Amino acid sequence: MSPAAALATTAAVAPHGFLSPTGVEIAFLLVGLVTFGAALVTVTTRQLVHAALWLVVTLGGLAVEYLLLTAEFIAWMQVLIYVGSVVVLLLFGLMLTKAPIGRSPDADSANRWAALAVAVAAAAALVWVVVDAFRTTWIDLGGAPSGSTKVTGASLFQNWVLPFEALSVLLLAALVGAIVLSRKAKADAATATTGTPAVPGSRSEREGVR
Amino acid sequence: MTTTTLAVLVPLLPFLGAAAGLLLGRTAPGFVRPLAVLPTFAAFVLAVLVAARQGGGRAVDSATEFTPTGSVPIELALHIDGFAALVAVLVGLVALCVQIYSTGYLRDDPRYPSYAALVSLFTSAMLLVVYSGDLIVLLVGWEVMGICSYFLVGHYWETPEARAASIKAFLVTKLGDVPFLIGLFALGTDASSFRITKILGTVAGGGLHHPTLIALLLLAGVAGKSAQFPLHTWLPDAMAGPTPVSALIHAATMVAAGIYFIARLLPVFQASSAAMVVLAVMAAVTMAGSGFAALAQDDIKRVLAYSTIGQLGYMTGALAVGERGAAVFHLLSHGAFKALLFLAAGVIIHAAGTNSLAAMSRMKDLRARVPDAYWTMTVALLALAAIPPFAGFFSKESVLGAAEHVATGHTEHAPGAAGWIVLLVGLFTALLTASYATRLWLLAFRGHGAEAPDHGKQPRAMNAVLWVLAVPSLAFGLAYGVLPDWFDSRDLTPTLITSVLGTGLALVGGLVTYGAWRHTTALAGRIPLGAVAAHPEADAGLVEAEAIASHEPAYGEVAYAHDPADPGRLLLGPLHRHAAVGFHLDAVYDALFVRPVRAGASLVRFLDREVVETYVRGAGALPRLLGAAVRRAQTGNVQTYVSALLAGTVVLAVAALLVATGA
Amino acid sequence: MHLVYPAVLAVLLFSTGLYGVLARRNAILVLMSVELMLNAVNLNLVAFDVWLNRAARETLHSGQALTLFTIAIAAAEIGIGLAIVLAVHRNRGTSDIDRLRDTAEGHESDAPEAEKAEATA
Repeated sequence: MSPAAALATTAAVAPHGFLSPTGVEIAFLLVGLVTFGAALVTVTTRQLVHAALWLVVTLGGLAVEYLLLTAEFIAWMQVLIYVGSVVVLLLFGLMLTKAPIGRSPDADSANRWAALAVAVAAAAALVWVVVDAFRTTWIDLGGAPSGSTKVTGASLFQNWVLPFEALSVLLLAALVGAIVLSRKAKADAATATTGTPAVPGSRSEREGVR
Repeated sequence: MTTTTLAVLVPLLPFLGAAAGLLLGRTAPGFVRPLAVLPTFAAFVLAVLVAARQGGGRAVDSATEFTPTGSVPIELALHIDGFAALVAVLVGLVALCVQIYSTGYLRDDPRYPSYAALVSLFTSAMLLVVYSGDLIVLLVGWEVMGICSYFLVGHYWETPEARAASIKAFLVTKLGDVPFLIGLFALGTDASSFRITKILGTVAGGGLHHPTLIALLLLAGVAGKSAQFPLHTWLPDAMAGPTPVSALIHAATMVAAGIYFIARLLPVFQASSAAMVVLAVMAAVTMAGSGFAALAQDDIKRVLAYSTIGQLGYMTGALAVGERGAAVFHLLSHGAFKALLFLAAGVIIHAAGTNSLAAMSRMKDLRARVPDAYWTMTVALLALAAIPPFAGFFSKESVLGAAEHVATGHTEHAPGAAGWIVLLVGLFTALLTASYATRLWLLAFRGHGAEAPDHGKQPRAMNAVLWVLAVPSLAFGLAYGVLPDWFDSRDLTPTLITSVLGTGLALVGGLVTYGAWRHTTALAGRIPLGAVAAHPEADAGLVEAEAIASHEPAYGEVAYAHDPADPGRLLLGPLHRHAAVGFHLDAVYDALFVRPVRAGASLVRFLDREVVETYVRGAGALPRLLGAAVRRAQTGNVQTYVSALLAGTVVLAVAALLVATGA
Repeated sequence: MHLVYPAVLAVLLFSTGLYGVLARRNAILVLMSVELMLNAVNLNLVAFDVWLNRAARETLHSGQALTLFTIAIAAAEIGIGLAIVLAVHRNRGTSDIDRLRDTAEGHESDAPEAEKAEATA
């Protein structure tokens, strides 16, 4: 982190020009391009399993961005949960719903042109707003790290205890719900083992943030 | 109790009986017969008492203001003079006889309670008309009678004839009642009161502004109610109702109401000599036409119906020559013998199982089955034909005598032309009357052929009443000496010339008919005809309903039968075909009124359906189109929905931004 | 670092996820796109949290806390979502969003198709 921090302090001292890139920013930009590109492929590729894999790249890229933003705890959580379990779940889902391997010609619905229009319009509007609003805002990346595990943990268990507990209840509810939903009807309960379809779901709930 | 109180009770008691009957008919069927007979009996007794007290002297007059109307007041008024007193006695007597007769006639009828209540209500309304001293109160009674007639004629509403006849009766009389109402209003406005005494006073003082117009308007109502030409077409068809109803309403009382009305307000009519001539012409046409028509009818009751029309024509004729005493005399005696004729006809229909004279003329010994009806009907027919010394002779002679008096110019209160018209046509009608009376008697009682069916003994109630009414039919005429005191009129003694002429013509008519009958009766045996409704156990009402319903299927016509053995056919010659359908007056009305109204109705229905409906449907079409268009957006595809949602959100966000940044 | 960089990247990721939600046919691909959108939001939260923390305007670390919560919720959501997709696939034999048109105008609800036997889990 020190080269980045050193670069950051130099940048902080020097007067800022609009979008005058420091090293961090260049790194951020490059990783951002990769991330965005991978996201684009995810939503456009015809091969369903490849989409999941490109999603891994996207999520991984985001983890790097978190690191660049000095939010290291978040970055590791991202990798653990998103890349580790969510993507696995998605792959299991693809497998269990017998998604076609290889190209499937009907991966995109007939709605895609309207979707494209809406997405482009939304992107344009939001980019314009954001750029216009934060023209003169810089993040100060130097100083004491605010994203370390110690700091995050202290803040979480001092200020965010109630939402934390509520979140655990939510996770319990999601666990129960997933089990209930994926049970087969009672007629088939005798033939198939109960609860097995819920195993992948329950495993993900165990990977809660603790 | 004062005479006024008694007089108020006379119409009130049957009204209460009617109300009680209508309310309790279903819940307490045991009380229905007493509720029908007792109030009517009480009303009759009280009417006799009132007449006795009034005695032809000063009129009983009393009034209370009913409601302040702001202009011409309406008063609950009584005016009982000699006319009112005697007519009320007649109404009470006939109503009582009819109620007693009905207990036997409609013995098993499920609708008897409402029938009896309606007859009581009718009786009350007629008594109201008779006793009333205020024209609006009279009008109330007039209209209530009309609606009761509608209900009662339609008693056998299972038969289409009854349904059609009741509506026809109602509509034709209403057609006359509208001008009648206008005339009443004009009269009331001119006299600034509806009290009869005040109106007569205004007329005497020359206060009527348009006497001819008022008289003609009132005549329209009278023509409808009393079945005079041209509004008489409803009465023969109204025979589709039960016979006691025909006896009460269409012989003795309701149709007499018009005559009574003119008698009450005769000065109003006399104020316009044009109206009197119109009245005379109306009477003449009615008398002659109905006489011919009666000769051609096959249904026994239709013969009697046309006979009623003709006899009412006599009364109208007497009024046309300004002699109301004679008119009311004839009204009273006609009421008695015509009611008797109808009631006896009811017994005969029950016994024979048919109302067709053609069928009866092919039955032997019908008279042995119904001896009471045979003898009383003979008496009544002799009275009808005006053979001395029966009641009809004296009353008809009083009419003809009055006509002769006017015709020979002995009076200035009526035009001489009217007198001649009434006299000549009246004499001719006497011939026709005797003719059809003889025909009726011969065909019904002197038939040849198969033995008449035995339908059991007639109920005692029905037979007893016949004898009760036979007494005045026989003897009432002898009252000609006392009646002028009641009527404030000239002498009602029969004059020699008219008596001889009248009786002679009647005898001629009877003999000619007898001759024709002898000639044609041989054919009866060779040509069988007729349908008989055989219901040995059923009450008379049911038999009659079946007979009415089966007449058209059996003979092809409602009114007459193609019977070569009918002496009427021989007598009328080429006129028979036209007389049988009432000289096509029904067809004329059908073309003039019924068809245009029906065409108008179908035009309106067409316009409503094609024009108005189209607009309405068109107004609905646009929202329906819009709805269909909106429904097409419900594709079920979630992505479409969300796309639309987000597109809208983006638009809103951009708009908000633009507004916020002041662009 | 200029705040624009993470913010714009977040916007672009969000829009991409938006396109994927609206355009993809398979339900699981839609879920993937939803994950993209959630991640974009997370990036935003983190960037703003870092900025405001260093600018000493906020000491609660609310952005990072909320990011953690979002991750947890996303995980729960993906579990439920996949259970639903599996149930639908079991009942209808397809997981195409296009075919799930029960809310369409005039749609007659299908009789549940025969459940397919699941091979192991």
